[in-house]
Amino acid sequence: MIEVNELTKRYGGTTAVKDLSFTVRPGRVTGFLGPNGAGKSTTLRLLIGLNRPTGGTATIDGRPFRDLPRGLRHVGALLDAHDIHGGRTARAHLSALARSNGLPGSRVDHVLDEVGLAAAARRRIGGFSLGMKQRLGIATALLGDPPVLLFDEPINGLDPEGVLWVRGLFRRLAAEGRTVFVSSHLMSEMENTADDLVVIGRGQLIAAESVTEFAARGTRSNVTVRTPDPAALTDLLTAEGADVTTRPPAGDLLVVTGLGATRIGEVAHQHRIRINELTTGSASLEEAFMELTADSVEYGTGDPR
Amino acid sequence: MTAPAEPRARFRDLVAAEWIKMWSLRSPPWALAVSALLVVAINTNAAVADHNNWPGYPEGIRELFVPIWAMRDAFTIGGAMVLMLAAASIGALTLVGEYSTGQIRTTFAAVPARRSVLAAKTVVVTAVTAVLGAVAAVTSFAVTQAVLSGRRIGLPFDYPGATRVLLASALLAPVCALVGMALAALIRHTATTIVTLTLLLLVLPSLVTERDHATASLLHALPQGAWAELVTVGDSPVPVTYPTTIAGSWIVYGLWSLAAVVVAVVAVHHRDPAP
Repeated sequence: MIEVNELTKRYGGTTAVKDLSFTVRPGRVTGFLGPNGAGKSTTLRLLIGLNRPTGGTATIDGRPFRDLPRGLRHVGALLDAHDIHGGRTARAHLSALARSNGLPGSRVDHVLDEVGLAAAARRRIGGFSLGMKQRLGIATALLGDPPVLLFDEPINGLDPEGVLWVRGLFRRLAAEGRTVFVSSHLMSEMENTADDLVVIGRGQLIAAESVTEFAARGTRSNVTVRTPDPAALTDLLTAEGADVTTRPPAGDLLVVTGLGATRIGEVAHQHRIRINELTTGSASLEEAFMELTADSVEYGTGDPR
Repeated sequence: MTAPAEPRARFRDLVAAEWIKMWSLRSPPWALAVSALLVVAINTNAAVADHNNWPGYPEGIRELFVPIWAMRDAFTIGGAMVLMLAAASIGALTLVGEYSTGQIRTTFAAVPARRSVLAAKTVVVTAVTAVLGAVAAVTSFAVTQAVLSGRRIGLPFDYPGATRVLLASALLAPVCALVGMALAALIRHTATTIVTLTLLLLVLPSLVTERDHATASLLHALPQGAWAELVTVGDSPVPVTYPTTIAGSWIVYGLWSLAAVVVAVVAVHHRDPAP
């Protein structure tokens, strides 16, 4: 269980995280989402005590992480796959970490097998690809068999097979009753993996709820209508209070929001306008995410909003 | 899921971990071997030169050669400077190597008790560089005095003061290694750390003179100045205006080591690693 309460972190004049409060529960995969620069990595560093908060608290199973003498049995963390000395072999790196926490050497072989790096165990890490470093970082997180796991952008650099593997791994870790907290700036990564979401923007909480609840908050559902007489139908539907846009290229396709498919069908029928297609679409998580975080994008492009 | 039963955190596990880290890199074994060889070679070269020049030395030098010059050949200032730089670099790299690569964040995520990590590094760095210093000092003494004994001017290991000379040269290495670690903790940047170490340990002593009291005191308070006093055996052939003492020089060794450890521990504990 991760509890973040009124967490604030300022670096000089910049506020990276402000009054952030949320809870991450065990037995579930929780996605930690936000645009670049939203404060996700800062929050994770505060959680494992690499930085001290300016205000508020961040606890793991009720204790600040820095109060623990040894960490690996409590929290496994992959914050940055590059945070590693490239001069050592994967095995030596993990052996030193295992030893520092009084873990048996057998754990090293176990996690190397688990992440598929057994064959590369005796190679120096400096020659690893980003994907291999991510796997090694995941191995490090798993080393102490901890009840709480934190991953910062773990998908970066993984090949498609690796992405599938890592999703399965997160699901399994959560099914085993662990707390799994995974950050990402891409909603699509979380769609198939996460049960819960914590969404932040500009260091502040935007949403903390289940994926289902989050999706329901997003854009209203829309209806796509194909008709040979788009102009007439547009006028009729607008009169009914709907928003109608014409979608190129042919111009016979309308996207209607604010009116259900049934009512659109009735209106068309009353005025004897032929309809060739009528489809109800639901907003994707991605759209919900974009909409909610649009105001808090730190490094946006195009027109300022 | 609850955390499994955890064994008590043991300091010796941290020392073992630092030991693994030291020897799993390519450079430390090489650095240690090459610097030991270089120190012995520099000292041997001085002894060989004295051996070869002996027939031409005037009576005045011959009278003073045993023990003053014979002991200086056992560990020359050149050898000491190489040993200082090598040990300081090894000490610095065990810490700055972690900061410059980001490894330090992985280390602290595994062991949140930062001061314990630093204490374990101190133990390993001190032990390894003390062995380096001891090997360099004993080998240099044996080889140089064997060379000089060809002229019947070599000293035995049990010559009065020889133990002190060996100890002072051997311990110069861990003193400088700890200073290296402290600067690494403050600077956190590899090249800047090594340059600063070179300036502090090697360049500064050659810039200050013994002509007035303040600068003489500064020199005596530097590791190299303390070492020079500790390895001097016999009465100086020239008058010394501002003399120092053996006891004072040991205290200088002790204070530098202590201050270095305190600085390193405090800096690492209080200053968070950069994001």
